[in-house]
Formats: sequence, structure tokens, C-alpha cells
Amino acid sequence: MKYTEGPEIRDTKAPSGPIEDRWEKRKFSAKLVNPANKRKLNVIVVGTGLAGGSAAATLGELGYNVKSFCYQDSPRRAHSIAAQGGINAAKNYRGDGDSIYRLFYDTVKGGDFRARESNVYRLAQVSVNIIDQAVAQGVPFAREYGGLLDTRSFGGAQVSRTFYARGQTGQQLLLGAYQALERQVAAGTVEMHTRHEMLDLIVSDGRARGIIVRDMVTGEIERHLADAVVLATGGYGNVFFLSTNAKGCNTTAIWRAHERGAYFANPCYTQIHPTCIPVSGEYQSKLTLMSESLRNDGRVWVPLRKNDDRAPGDIPEDERDYYLERIYPSFGNLVPRDIASRAAKNVCDEGRGVGPGGLGVYLDFRDAINRLGRDAVEKKYGNLFEMYERITGENPYDVPMRIYPAVHYTMGGLWVDYDLQSTIPGLFVIGEANFSDHGANRLGASALMQGLADGYFVLPTTIGDYLANGPYGDVDEEAVAEAEIKVRTKIDRLLAVNGTRTPDSFHRELGKLMWDYCGMERTEESLRKALERIPELREEFWQNVKVSGTAEELNQVLEKAGRVADFFDLAELMCLDALVRTESCGGHFRAESQDADGEALRDDENFAHVSAWEYSPDGPILHKEPLEYEYVKMTQRSYK
Amino acid sequence: MTATIERGSATAPVNTPASKKTPTPKKQGGFLTSSNGKKVVMAVTGAVMVSFLVLHMLGNLKIFFGRESFNEYAHWLRTLLEPFVPYRTVLTILEIGLVVSVVLHMWAAISLSRRAGKARPVKYVAKKSQANGYATHIMRWGGVTIALFVIWHLLDLTFGVVNPAGYNSSPADRMIDGFDPSRWWVTLVYVVAVVMVGLHLRHGVWSAFQTLGWANKDRNKALRATAGLLSIVLVLGFLVPPLAITFGVVK
Amino acid sequence: MNLTLRVWRQSGPTDKGRMVTYKVEDVSPDMSFLEMLDVLNEKLILEGDDPIAFDHDCREGICGMCGMVINGVAHGEQRATTTCQLHMRHFEDGAEITIEPWRAAPFPVVKDLVVDRSAFDRIIQAGGFVSVPAGSAPDAHSVPVRKEDADAAFDAATCIGCGACVAACPNGSASLFTAAKITHLSLLPQGQPERLSRAKAMVDQMDAEGFGGCTNTGECTAVCPKGIPLDTIARMNSDYLKANAK
Repeated sequence: MKYTEGPEIRDTKAPSGPIEDRWEKRKFSAKLVNPANKRKLNVIVVGTGLAGGSAAATLGELGYNVKSFCYQDSPRRAHSIAAQGGINAAKNYRGDGDSIYRLFYDTVKGGDFRARESNVYRLAQVSVNIIDQAVAQGVPFAREYGGLLDTRSFGGAQVSRTFYARGQTGQQLLLGAYQALERQVAAGTVEMHTRHEMLDLIVSDGRARGIIVRDMVTGEIERHLADAVVLATGGYGNVFFLSTNAKGCNTTAIWRAHERGAYFANPCYTQIHPTCIPVSGEYQSKLTLMSESLRNDGRVWVPLRKNDDRAPGDIPEDERDYYLERIYPSFGNLVPRDIASRAAKNVCDEGRGVGPGGLGVYLDFRDAINRLGRDAVEKKYGNLFEMYERITGENPYDVPMRIYPAVHYTMGGLWVDYDLQSTIPGLFVIGEANFSDHGANRLGASALMQGLADGYFVLPTTIGDYLANGPYGDVDEEAVAEAEIKVRTKIDRLLAVNGTRTPDSFHRELGKLMWDYCGMERTEESLRKALERIPELREEFWQNVKVSGTAEELNQVLEKAGRVADFFDLAELMCLDALVRTESCGGHFRAESQDADGEALRDDENFAHVSAWEYSPDGPILHKEPLEYEYVKMTQRSYK
Repeated sequence: MTATIERGSATAPVNTPASKKTPTPKKQGGFLTSSNGKKVVMAVTGAVMVSFLVLHMLGNLKIFFGRESFNEYAHWLRTLLEPFVPYRTVLTILEIGLVVSVVLHMWAAISLSRRAGKARPVKYVAKKSQANGYATHIMRWGGVTIALFVIWHLLDLTFGVVNPAGYNSSPADRMIDGFDPSRWWVTLVYVVAVVMVGLHLRHGVWSAFQTLGWANKDRNKALRATAGLLSIVLVLGFLVPPLAITFGVVK
Repeated sequence: MNLTLRVWRQSGPTDKGRMVTYKVEDVSPDMSFLEMLDVLNEKLILEGDDPIAFDHDCREGICGMCGMVINGVAHGEQRATTTCQLHMRHFEDGAEITIEPWRAAPFPVVKDLVVDRSAFDRIIQAGGFVSVPAGSAPDAHSVPVRKEDADAAFDAATCIGCGACVAACPNGSASLFTAAKITHLSLLPQGQPERLSRAKAMVDQMDAEGFGGCTNTGECTAVCPKGIPLDTIARMNSDYLKANAK
């Protein structure tokens, strides 16, 4: 795939000065909208997860006229609901040495020095407000007997800064945002459109002014215009077909915005979560995550011998390899996700994996049960153990769990500046859909923090500045019509093929290809192979896909086909991005770039930048945004 | 070509689906028309009827102290607060209260049952109860059975219309003649009906606690036990006299 | 495994609908129930038939989107399990399985097994929230909450809004759903200022939507994937009574 290089991105709109003051400075410099004018301003928010739900609710509270869209039957279903572990905040309620600066530092380091300092610092600052907001909304966080909030250490952090609500923190936070959103629906400030899928962005006069959506029940194509558009449509992990994402998660909204001019940043940064339930068969439709908190007490091991098919209980202690504890003595089982995942892949590649196909490692609670007692373990992890048993039919109190890495989160996304505005003026991107805060690897319990920081606190301020600088004039009717026609044409094309393969079968093949060639370990060879294979498969898709039914009804096959079509284009860009970035960093591991111990080796000289890709029919154009570190010294990550 | 779309209502008028009608709560109609209100009516009227049953049962047991004792009790009921108020005043007031309770209880039950019917216009092809279906089956049909029995019961022992002792007899005569061994089938009907009442109360009493908001995790066991015990006591208390008569223990 | 499925097919809200029988072969016991339907649907698509429409999303038992009545039981007979988490190992080879949508007037069928549950959103709109605009909150530690209350509130708050309670209730009542939210917020100090008005508004909205009344049969809690207890309904009733007594 050919690409060209365009000019560097020099200005991200981050204020200058001491890092602690930048957000304050930006807030003060932002123009305000007169309260009486707010209700005359329309904002479209697509997606109702933590970012979109909280943004729509907050914009409604501020008095804007908001239209909110989701593809599910209710805004409460967005996939943020599935987040288990917790949410980080630099509250330092434990007095264990945490601070805004430490959270900032940990996040920049955890992101393998590929995130912007200004953004991350703001995230850490805002994190404390999120907890206050959620508690006030009635989010039932875990508490201590004294009535104060409980926290735990999570995902390799050495301080206890993770607030949680048993294993359902995402659910509780999302319901908080959902309830705030429904309150605004009742107040008339938010108009909710469920079962609507965004299929294109309307750009008029260079500005984002609306969207084209399909009513998934009637099939009607609708136009919705506004003064600004916010995308909060989540990540694109489903490009791998099997991932921990919900089945409906897709890239269509951000991809079509990308085609309209929004740069796509770091598409190759994918997080592979180490503790998922392994694949059990060909029919598998999704992977289920087991909370990372399990690694606090579970010990990860594989047999020392290759192809050891004894039952785990029959393998004596000295024939087990607790490889994380062996390789990383100081962090042990708590090493960051990317490291734990790759280590699991390595031992499985050596032929020491367990379970069907040798694609699994043990996560053993035997010692924890002996040490703490079965009751204590049940109290901590009971619901997770039940979930595991429900899916696998095995009881983890007796037999060690089998786990394997799975695609979980995508750090890449649409490029945004400090204001969360994309390269299309008036198009804001928040939550997992943007690329901004996690660099090349996201720390555990930071996704919820970022989604809510963006939605409750950052976007409502920065979008106000954009809107206050308006009005931006009438929407060009031709631009609207053109977008609508494009959408209709694509749908008609999909229905017209009438081939012999289902959209799912293409998706499965694409996913496997991406997992094999652009998954946990990438090489120049594998990526070139993928870049050769993807266009062929896409070609076959457009020649041979079978979409049953019509466009004028609830048609889940048609929905799926449209999403798969966009996944092909995205997959290609991901592989290209991975190919161009010849270093290893965070979730992106290039086999060619590793140190003597097999650890990821960054190349700061050549790759301390964000790769922002511009869409062009003649092939993508790469714009580099240099990353400068004034506060955190770039070091090689070491968890040994 | 630029369409003039006014800033403010920037939404293009194209294809906007007609907004669906959102059901809104009725403005007034108040507590008694709400489903919860009707449940409270059922609980309160149920409590009135249960209190009546307890007194009725205690009265019935007087038959073991002889016909005189039983008749005296019946007489006392009619002359309560005499001469301050005329003959049968208190009893009439109590009877009116009871009739009103019965009527309200039935009204609420019928209305809730019709509401339930409307809430599920299409029935399941297959439906399997997961809570053993006890309440579902016992309450509504049980209620109807009990209502039919009460009619018979009044004709038999209160008005004596279908009683061998006739209307102009003493209450004790009606009771002892009514459950004569020769009329064993009356006793049988009575037994069935009383057991039905017991089953109805086992759920009904607990359900009333729940409806009035008294149930909670800590109290639930105690409340269920209370409901069960009350039902057993009432069933036994009501069954002992007629069985004693039919089997000739009381003559 | 080989199975016979009897599935409710209804092409749209106005179609009368009917049960249609399908044979599925070679079902693996490790498949989830929805994966079994996926496999059937793939076959239907290729044969040019309309695949069976059903709602699903997270497939890990938390989003609340999936739900069907399987052999007469909402989410199937496996307790505390959503349809997506139900696995085929719980069925016998050769079994006949009846699959129907949630049945309730306030949940009209959209297509096949897909129903419209927006009534639930409107019940929340009526008052299922704490009115606290973003940015106005005091420090999270300014109000301590008893651990017991926080835990009980959490138990009620785990409701996923799937609607199984309505589907299972012989009266088509939404009491468990409504009570779960009322209980969650009424147990916390943050929910106190709006406690009674919330209960009144939500219960009245539930009635307005056309749900039936509660007769405490316990069918709801028996099928609830999150095991929301029946005493939440007592709490709702108590708050509702107090609200009306005011």
C-alpha cells in the first residue's frame, strides 16, 4: 500500500507554561456562550457510553440542544458497561504517596512515552472530580466499614488509586451517566435516538455540521444537522472479529469521518488483554475478559515440559513454570498488560500452552485459597469465578483457570487536539474513539477515567469555545444530499452483490488474518503479507457477499455487512501504520525491535511521534506530530 | 445552491420520524387508581378480613364449652354496648365493615387481574413457573372458590336457608345439625374451603406485608413464618369444631 | 448434538407471527445459546431465508440487550444467567427447544425475538436519577456511607434492565425493575432529597406504560440474571406509600 508523507503537525493547541496550570489556562481562555444562546445551539453526540453519555448529559445540563444517538435499544447498553476492574483517580485517600503528578507520570510511562504530556496531566487532574461526581450521582462504589471509599491497587500500579464497585465498575459508572442522560431527556434538552446507526458525517464549508443515520428498525435514512458533532463511538477492536468488545462495536462512525477528512492516529496501537477465557471452538463469537484483578492473587504458570498433557493437579510444583514471577521478579504476576500478554504468547509458541490447541496458560488460585481460605477468595472473586464456570463448565476453586490474551482496547483513534477537536473543525472525538491519552498502551482502570474526564469535564468546556466562535452559517444542502446519496449507494451496493458468503464469514477471515499478522507480534513479513491479503479479501467481499432481506426493515445482516466493509479499510491502515513504525512500543510489538531479553525496544530517535493518517483516495498521507517530554524523562520501561 | 436552514432549529425536516407517543402518568386519579394503591387496598381489606377470621374462629371454639356457651356468645355479639346503643348496632357496623372489605378486596383483585391480562395480550406457547407457581394459581382461583363458599356458608349457618335446623333456630343448633354425620359432604366442602382459605392466607398475609412495605431482608423469614403460622392456626381452629361434630365428639 | 428449535417468527410489528420449526445439527456443548443461533442464521442467510432477528450485544451478561423465553423460562432454566451466557451443555441431545420473545404489551415485538423496551428508559426518565449536574459535586468523602448500605445499594444497582422480570411475571409487571432503581438510590444518602418524589413518579410511569401490578409471586426474582431480591419491591411500596401519604 502506497502512502505519502505530509507536513508535520506542530500545533496541538495545548497552552504553554507550567503543566499544572495549562488546563486552568485553557478553561479561562475559552470563550463562553451566552446562556440564552445555548438552547439555540445544536450538538449531536453519537454513542452513549461513558464518554458519549456523560457528554450528552452535561451538554444538556448546560442548556445546549442535544441529539444523542446509539445503535442499541437503550443508551444504557453501551459497552462501557462491561468494564470490570475500576477507575483510577489521584485522590490519595490512602495517603500512600499518590498524587496528580504520580498518576500523570505512571500514565505517560505506562503508555511507553507515546502520549502527550499536556493531555495526560489534565486527565490526572480531572480524575479527582470524576469520583466526586459519580459518588454524588449515587454510584455505589465499594466502601470500608468506616463509610469511606475503598480503593485497590490495579494493573501494576504501586499505589491504591483504583475505585471500584465489585467487578462491575463500568456498569455502575455507565448507569450513573445514563441516568443523568435520561434526566436531560425528561427535561427536554436531549433528544434520544436509539437503534440509529451513524453512516456518514456531513461536512459543510469545511466544518462538521451533521450526520446521516439509518433508523435500524424502519431502514429510513435520516439527516440530522447541528452546529457541532461529537463522536463517542468507542474502539475498533472488533476488526479482529474475536475480541472482548460487544458484538455491535464497530469502526463505521470514525472511519467514515476519517474518509471525510479527520486524521486517524496510531491505528496500530492495540491492547491485548492477558486474562481472557480462551477460544473453545470455530463457532466462537466473542471472547470474555476475566478482570485483571485476578492477577492480584492468582499465579500464572505453564508446565515446564512441552506438550505436557497431564491434568494440572498432577503436575508437581517443580515441574511448573511460574514464568511471570521468574522473568519479572519485582512485579511478578502484576506486570502491565502488554508484557503479560506477550509472555503468554511466548510460552504457548514454545509448545507449553495448555487446553484446546495449546492456546492457554493457567491462572491458579490454589495458593491463594490455602493462604486466605476459600471464603476470602470467594468474597473477592466469587462473581468472576461463577462467570468462568458458566462459560467453561470448569470450577476454578478446584481446577486452575485457563486464560489467554485477547484484543481488548484500541489506543489509536481519530486524531484530536488538546480541545478534543479533530482535524475537521466542529468534529469532536471523545473516549476510546480518539487517540489522545494512553499512548501506546493503556493502564488498567484508565479507560473509564478517560471516557468520563472527556465527557463530563473536558469536552463541555472546549466545545463551548468552538460554539462561541460561531455562528458558522447555513449548511450547504448539496453537502447533505451528497452524504445521503453516498450512504444509500453503499447500502444498495451491498444488497446487490447477492453472493455466496455471509458477512460474518468474511469478518471471521479478516479477524484471523489480523490476529495472525498484526496481533501480539508483528513483523515486516507478516504485515506485508496482510497488506497483500486484505485487498484481495475486500475484493472478494464486494464480489461475493450475501446480504439477505431489504434495506427497509430491521436487517441485522445488512448492518453487519456495512461494518465489515469499513473494517477492511481500517485493517489495511492498521497494518500500514504497524509496518511504518519499525520500533516496538507498548501494545505494538515489532519482532525486529527487541532487546536481548526479548523486551520491546523503542526507537525514540525516529518514532517519538504520533502517526496521524490523512485519508486520500490515492493512498494515505502520514502527518507526524512530534512528542516532546519536558517533565517525564524518557526511559526504557522495565518491570524486572 | 444553499438551503436556508435557520440556525437554532438546524435539523433538516427530511425524514424525521413522527415522534412516538410517550405514555405519561394520568394527572389525577390518585392513589386508588394506581396498581400500587389497589394492592394497598387489598392488603388493608385483607387485614380486616383476617382479623374477622381470628375472632370468628375463637367464637367457633366456644362450641366445646357447650351449646349454652356458644349461644351466649352469639347473643353477646348482638347486644354489645347495649343499652348505650340499640340491639345489634355494633355487630351491624362490623358486618358493614366486613362487607365493604370483601367488596373492595374483590374490586381491587378483579381490576388488577384485568390490568394483568391487558399487560400480556399475547400468551406464551410454553410457560414454566420458576417460583413453583403457587401464588399464581392459588390466589385468583382460590379467591373465587372462597367467595363461592362464603355464599353457601352464609346460606347454611347464618341464614339457615339450607340448614336442617332452619332459620328460627339457635346458632349452636344450626352448627351441630349442619355438620351432622349424615351431612358428611357439607363437612367435606367445609374442609376443602377452609384449607383453601389457609393457602390463600399463606401467600396473602405475607404479600400484604410486602405491599405495605414492611418486608425486608432481615424480617423476611419472620414475616413468612408469621403468615404460615397464622394460616395453620386458622385452618386448625376452623376445622376442629365441624370435625368434632361430624365425628360425634360434640353433640 | 442435534436439536429441534421452535422459534417465534414475526416479520414486523403488524405481522401476526407464528412458531416455525428448525433443525440444527452438530451443535457443540461448548457453544453459547446465541452462538447456536448464529450458526443457524448463517445457514438461513445462505439459503436466502430471513435470519432470526434477536437482540444481543456484549455477550458477557452485563449489557442486558439479549433475552428470550426459552422453554417457557425467561433466559432459560439456568439460574442467574442471561441468554448470552447460557451454554448448550445444559441441553440434552435431541431436545426440542421453544424460543419466544418477551411477551408484554409495553414491550411490543419489533421483529422475531426483538422487542421494544423503551418503556424502561421512560421509567428512569420519570425519576431514576439523582439531580446533580456535572461539576457541582462535593468531595466524595464528605458524606460517609455505611458499608452495609453501600453494599445493599450495589446489589439493587446491578440490574441490567433486560426485562426478564416483566417477561416472567404472570401480571406483566415491571415492579422488580422499578424497585431495583428506587432501592438503589433510596439506600444512599445522596438519593434522600428526591426519595419520595422519585418513588411516586417512577411507579406512576410504570402504570402509565401499561405494566401489570405486582402480586408478589416471585417469578421475577427467580429468573433475574442478577438475582435482584423481592424485598426491593417492599421498599418501593414503602416509599410509594409515604409519598402518597404526604
